[in-house]
Amino acid sequence: MKLFIARLKGFFQYRDLMGQLVSRDLKLKYRRSVLGYLWSILNPLFIMIIMAIVFSQMFKRDNIPNYPVYLMSGQVLFNFMNQSTHQSLGAIVGSAALIKKTYLPKYVFVVSKITSGLIDCIFSFGALLIVMLFTHGHFSWYLLLFPLVVLQLYVFNIGLGMFLSAYNVFFRDIQYIYNAITTAWLYLTPMFYPVEALPEQLRWIVVHLNPMYAYVTQLRCLTLYGVWPDAHMVLYGCVDACIMLIIGVWVFAKKQDRFILYI
Amino acid sequence: METQNDVVIRVNDVTIRFNMASEKIDNLKEYVIKFLKKELLFQEFLAVKHASFEIRRGEAWALVGSNGSGKSTLLKAICGILKPYQGNVEIHGKISPLLELGAGFDMNLTARENIYLNGTILGHSMAFMREHFDEIVEFAEIEEFLDSPVKNFSSGMRARLGFAVATIVKPDILVVDEILAVGDYAFQQKCMARMNEMLSGGTTLLFVSHSIDQVRRLCDHAVWINKGKIMQIGEVNQVCDAYMASQKAQKK
Repeated sequence: MKLFIARLKGFFQYRDLMGQLVSRDLKLKYRRSVLGYLWSILNPLFIMIIMAIVFSQMFKRDNIPNYPVYLMSGQVLFNFMNQSTHQSLGAIVGSAALIKKTYLPKYVFVVSKITSGLIDCIFSFGALLIVMLFTHGHFSWYLLLFPLVVLQLYVFNIGLGMFLSAYNVFFRDIQYIYNAITTAWLYLTPMFYPVEALPEQLRWIVVHLNPMYAYVTQLRCLTLYGVWPDAHMVLYGCVDACIMLIIGVWVFAKKQDRFILYI
Repeated sequence: METQNDVVIRVNDVTIRFNMASEKIDNLKEYVIKFLKKELLFQEFLAVKHASFEIRRGEAWALVGSNGSGKSTLLKAICGILKPYQGNVEIHGKISPLLELGAGFDMNLTARENIYLNGTILGHSMAFMREHFDEIVEFAEIEEFLDSPVKNFSSGMRARLGFAVATIVKPDILVVDEILAVGDYAFQQKCMARMNEMLSGGTTLLFVSHSIDQVRRLCDHAVWINKGKIMQIGEVNQVCDAYMASQKAQKK
């Protein structure tokens, strides 16, 4: 318990560093571009519009009302998971110079990458709202529950990011394997298609064992139908996030003293 | 009781081991093949062997020794960056490591942004950095270049900026590893002056340099390490004399 309080204090001491690392990521991303931060909204908006046009032509689905919003609600969350975990995968190896020369809690690098991703995700949500405006979407007070959904995914991503970044120090193959895994994951998450399109057994697996399905479904409840998120999905989402966080922290804590010998 | 409290760094029988595998195994395929062939050799290399010493508050210690003798490795263990394989290091007080000036600089950010980034890396709050910002800029003498990216700076300018940020607080323990070599004469004098000022203010100094001159001027005690083994511990002039004598003997 004492150790836990000491850890929390340490976390509090480095919160400004976290802020600096996140703002560095954001600053460098759009430096020297004319529109600057406006790209944070424009970039996802353009991609969403293109995807919506392509997919709504290819898969004409009458059973999904407002297909663009259906698609984009999934995209916003999946991209957050995908991009931020890919970023944090290399966070430890990429900060080698710093880790070798100063004493810092190493999880700071992972958490800051995920947090940068979170900010991008919030901007993408802004883009989603614009799309909803143009497609006469269902605006309701339930949209304000967005932070609760993203918080679950944020915790999940931190756990996953810690797990990946720790193993990537010892086996650099992880980054290539993970590329393949996320591609499979993308198609196993009902993003372009309704979950009913999956065969019976596969559907059970996706609904119960794919955490992304839980998060995406919760967000769709808010953006598409304007209702409370399904209680089962909230439960799955929170449990998955906690399990992932515990695994990630445990692996990271066990491995972190040996990082310096391998980076 | 008093003497117990005065010890700020206690190095207890520290041994640091590296795995000097002939090739670095960092991918899964190689690992599995080597594992199956039972070729996972652990050729160990002891960078520091059974080092023990105590440093009291306000003392200035130097680590001397030839290249690759384990000085920097020992410093890293003292700063908590490396965990010793055996033994332990006790630290009482806030330690400020200067192992490389500007290690935390992001080359694409401007000097202004880097001052804040580097300050927070050292554990300061943003409020504290804003308060001391002007002081740092003044010491580093980079007013005109505040808003240009650090990648355009010379190594000397980077060192000045790094030193200015790192020494903004008076730490209990200052660890300095061979960082003044890049600066010009005036800057070296400025840094020496600041370190002297800290010393008289009660800071404990741990200093690594190949300039025996600087060591003699700044420090009162010294440790001489050779190939990971501590050869001599004691008063600075005695240790330096012994070290220089062995260096000259080697040359012949």
